[in-house]
Amino acid sequence: MSTYRGAKREISFTVNGERRTVRAYPIERLLDVLRQQLSLTGTKEGCGEGECGACSVLIDNELVDSCLVPVAQVEGASVVTIEGLAADTRFHALRDTFLECGGAQCGICTPGMILAAIDLLNRKPIPTMEDIREGLSGNLCRCTGYVQILEAVAEAARRTVIR
Amino acid sequence: MPASRTEHLIGSSTPRKEGRDKVSGRARYIDDLSFPDMLHGATVRSQIPRGKITKINFGPGIAWNEYVIVSAKDIPGKNYIALIENDQPCLADKIVNHPEEPILLLAHPERKALPKAVAAVSIDYEPLPAVFTIEESERKEHIIWGADNIFKSYRIEKGDVESAWTRADYIVEGEYFTGAQEQLYIETQGVIAAFDREKGITVWGSLQCPYYVHKALMALCNLPQEKVRVVQTETGGAFGGKEEYPSMIAAHASLLAMKAGRPVKIIYDRGEDMAATTKRHPSRTRHRTAVSKDGKILGGEIDLVMDGGGYMTLSPVVLSRATIHAGGPYYWPGVRVRAKVIATNTPPHGAFRGFGAPQSLFAMERHMERIARAVGLSSAEVRRRNFLQPGQTTITEQIINEPIDLGKLLDRALKLAGYQEKKKRFVRENASGSQKRGMGIAAFLHGAGFTGSGERYLASVVGVEGCRDGGVKVLVSSTEFGQGTNTVLCQIAAEALGLPYQDVRIAQPDTNEVPNSGPTVASRTAMVVGNLVASAALGLKQTLIGAGMLKDHHTTDEFHAACQAYLAAYGTLRSLAHYQSPEGIYWDDQKYCGEAYAAFAWAVYVAEVAVDLTTYSARVDDFVALQEIGRVLNPVLARGQILGGVAQGIGFALYEKVEWQGGRMANSQMTNYIVPTSADMPGVRVYFEELGNRHGAFGAKGIGELPMDGPAPAVVNAIEDALGIAFDNVPLLPETIFEGVKPTAAASWEREDRAHDRTPARTR
Repeated sequence: MSTYRGAKREISFTVNGERRTVRAYPIERLLDVLRQQLSLTGTKEGCGEGECGACSVLIDNELVDSCLVPVAQVEGASVVTIEGLAADTRFHALRDTFLECGGAQCGICTPGMILAAIDLLNRKPIPTMEDIREGLSGNLCRCTGYVQILEAVAEAARRTVIR
Repeated sequence: MPASRTEHLIGSSTPRKEGRDKVSGRARYIDDLSFPDMLHGATVRSQIPRGKITKINFGPGIAWNEYVIVSAKDIPGKNYIALIENDQPCLADKIVNHPEEPILLLAHPERKALPKAVAAVSIDYEPLPAVFTIEESERKEHIIWGADNIFKSYRIEKGDVESAWTRADYIVEGEYFTGAQEQLYIETQGVIAAFDREKGITVWGSLQCPYYVHKALMALCNLPQEKVRVVQTETGGAFGGKEEYPSMIAAHASLLAMKAGRPVKIIYDRGEDMAATTKRHPSRTRHRTAVSKDGKILGGEIDLVMDGGGYMTLSPVVLSRATIHAGGPYYWPGVRVRAKVIATNTPPHGAFRGFGAPQSLFAMERHMERIARAVGLSSAEVRRRNFLQPGQTTITEQIINEPIDLGKLLDRALKLAGYQEKKKRFVRENASGSQKRGMGIAAFLHGAGFTGSGERYLASVVGVEGCRDGGVKVLVSSTEFGQGTNTVLCQIAAEALGLPYQDVRIAQPDTNEVPNSGPTVASRTAMVVGNLVASAALGLKQTLIGAGMLKDHHTTDEFHAACQAYLAAYGTLRSLAHYQSPEGIYWDDQKYCGEAYAAFAWAVYVAEVAVDLTTYSARVDDFVALQEIGRVLNPVLARGQILGGVAQGIGFALYEKVEWQGGRMANSQMTNYIVPTSADMPGVRVYFEELGNRHGAFGAKGIGELPMDGPAPAVVNAIEDALGIAFDNVPLLPETIFEGVKPTAAASWEREDRAHDRTPARTR
C-alpha cells in the first residue's frame, strides 16, 4: 500500500552516464528513487523541502535539489550524482582540497556541497570568493561555518585552472 | 625520535581518517543501510501539552493488520529512558507532559505507508493545565513536576557578599535572556534495531554515546549487558543533540523489533526531528553587582534560571555547567549564585554545544557592558581590571595555577581586530547614513571535561591493540561526528608509539568491541580520552619491550615485527588504560566548591557588526576569535572547530529563533528556522595561543564547546556600540532591533539605567 495516487510506471533516464529504467510512481521524489532503487546513497536527505541542498544533483548540467523533483520529470534527462564524478578532474581537485582545507567535518552535506561547487566551476571556472560564497549559499553546513569549504573550492579552482 | 619518522604528528594537520569516504559519498550513514526483511517505524505523539490519556482510537481506511503496533504495555522492562532521575517514559502511558511526547509506535514494510497511519491514530485526552514559561513555572500555580516544579538547584557562596553592598560605589543590575536553539545537525536522528533470541538487541545508529544507549536498553528491554549491543554508524552532525535523545529513538526501534521479530529502522524527517527532540535550554539570568568607582567588582548576586521542559533528562548537568561559568573569566571576591532549572510543558531541553555556559556567559558579558557604562570605563578597560590572575580563585574557589595573562590576550585580540581604529572611524561614519557599525568584545573561559567529580565517576577505559599487519588499533567508545575524534586519537597513538599516522586505525564504536571511554561530550575527548590513548599506547609498547621483542628506540619496521611476533606467540596484544583522578583535585558537590574542571580554555572574541536602519537587520562583517587551548593537536581541525562554533554562535545571536505555541515548536522547518548560510558568514579569523596543560594529551585542552560561548555577547555588545541601545536578549531579530530603535524604547533604556545605578551612570 502507499500514499501515492496513480499507478507505477516505467521511467527511463541517464544516471551517471548509464541508461536506467525504474518502475516508480510518477510523483515519487527523485531523491528516493536514487537512494532506494538505484542504491546511490551518496545523495543525502537533510530537510525534504529544498532548503539545505544535501540532496543536490545535476540534472542536464543544472544544480537541483532532488527532494523537490518528481521522478517523472527526469524522463529522458541526464542525472549526475556524487558517485558519477569519479572521472571528473575538478572533482579530484575538490576531493583533495576538501580534505586538505577541512571542508568536510561530519560529511553529510559534503556530497551536495561538492556538486554545488562543480556547478559553480562549470559556470565560473575562475570564481572570486564572493562568487563562491554566493554559489554555495543554497547548501547548508552546520559544522564548518563555511570558511574552510570556501577555501577548499577556491584552491580547487586554482589547481584546475593551472592544470 | 624513531629513525623512520622524523616529523612530529602532534601539531600537524594529518588528514581526516574517514575523510576520503566522506568526500566521495561512500561514507555510510544510518539511512544508507538496509537489512533484509526490514520494517520502517514511526511514532504517534501527543497533540496536547499536558493531560490524561483516556483512549487510543485506530481510525478507518488503514489496514491495521499490516502494522506492528507497540504501546507502553509491550515494554518488557522499565518504562523509562535511564539517565539521571529516570523520570522520562519511553512511551507515555497514562499522562502526557509535553507536546510531541511518544505514545504509540507503528511499523510497516513500506516507509511511505506510515505518515497516513500515524495521522489515522487519534487519542482522547482529559487536558490538564500546562505551563510554558519560566515565570509561569516559578509561580507554582500549577505543579507539573515534583513538589515545586524544580528539577535541580545549586547555590554557590564565595566570600563576603553582604559587605560588598556597603562598600560599593555603584550597584549595577541587569536581566538577560537567551532563547531555545535547535542543534540542526543536517542528518536527522535515526537508528536500526534488530532482535535475536540468542544475541539479544543490536542497535545501529547516529549517536554520540553508545554506552548511554546501552544502559537505557538494558533497563527498558530487561536484558543483561551482554545481550545489548550498540554500534555507532557514521554520524552526520550532533552538537549535543545526539547525546541523550538517541536512547529514546533506539528504545522505540528496539521495542518494535522485539515485537515484530524483524529489523526496524526509524528515521525522523526534519519536521519531527525539530519538533520532538531536544534544544538548548532557554534561560533568564539576573545580575546585581557591587562595583567600586575604579570599576572593580566587589561582589554580587547571580540568579540563573533555565527552562528544562517536561522531564529532567540532563538538565541538572547543564545547569551545573551554567552555574560554574556564571562569573565569567573575572575575579569575584564575593559572590552568591542561585541557580535552578525548572519544568515547563515543552519537549525536554537538553545537550547542545556549550551545555549551559553560552547562556550564563551571555549574561555575564552583557553585564560587563552595563558595568562599564555605569562606571564610565571602556569595554576593554573594565574587563582588564577584573580579569582573573594566576593565583586568584574562580567563583568555585578553584585556584588559577597556569600562567594565563588575560590582559595580554585581550590586547592581542583588539590589535588583530583593529579595534581602536575602527571604533574611532565608526563614531565618525555613524553620524550619517543608515548603516551603523560597532565593535563588541566577549572574554570568556570554558572548562574541559566533566564537572567536579564527574570524570572520577565516569572511570573511563581506553584500549590500544596490536594488529596482524604490525600496526595498532585504538579502542574507544568515543565517537566521530565531525569534530575529528578519529583523526586526533590516531595522531596521539601514533605520536606516542613513534609510528606513521597510517599505521594507526580506530575501531568503529561498538559496545561488543570497545571499552567504555565515556560519552563524547563536554570537550573531553582530545584532552581526557586522548591522554588515556597515549598511556594505553605506551603500555602496549612497554609490553613489547618487556617481552624482549622491542627496544625503546625503534624503527617502524622493528615495531611491526615486534607486534607480529608478539601476536604469533601470545594471540592477542592489548593494552588498557584506566582514568586516574589527578592528585590534589578537590570538589565538594554539596557546597559546589573546589576544582570544577581539570582545565579551562580562555578566549577573547571581537565582533564587528553593521546594523542597517532600513531593514533593521544586523550583519557580522568581521570576527576575530583568539583562544588559548593548551596545545593545538591538529591545526586544520582545531580551526574548523572554532569556525563552526562561531557560526552556531552567530546563529544563536541573530537568526535562530524557536517560535513556541502552546509548548510546541511552531517553526519546525528549515524554511522558518534560519541558520547562517555561506552568504551570512563573515571571514572569521582564528588565532591560537598554547600554554600547555598537564592534564591533557600532549598539553591539549578541550575546544569543542568553547567557540559557542563568545559570539552571542560579542555580537550584541557590538550592536550596542553601533546603536547605543542595550539589548539583553538573544536571538536578536530585526523586529526586536526595530522596537529598540524607536525613540520611546531608547528613552526607557535611559530611565532603566538611572533606576539601576545608585549614582547616575555616565553613558556615552
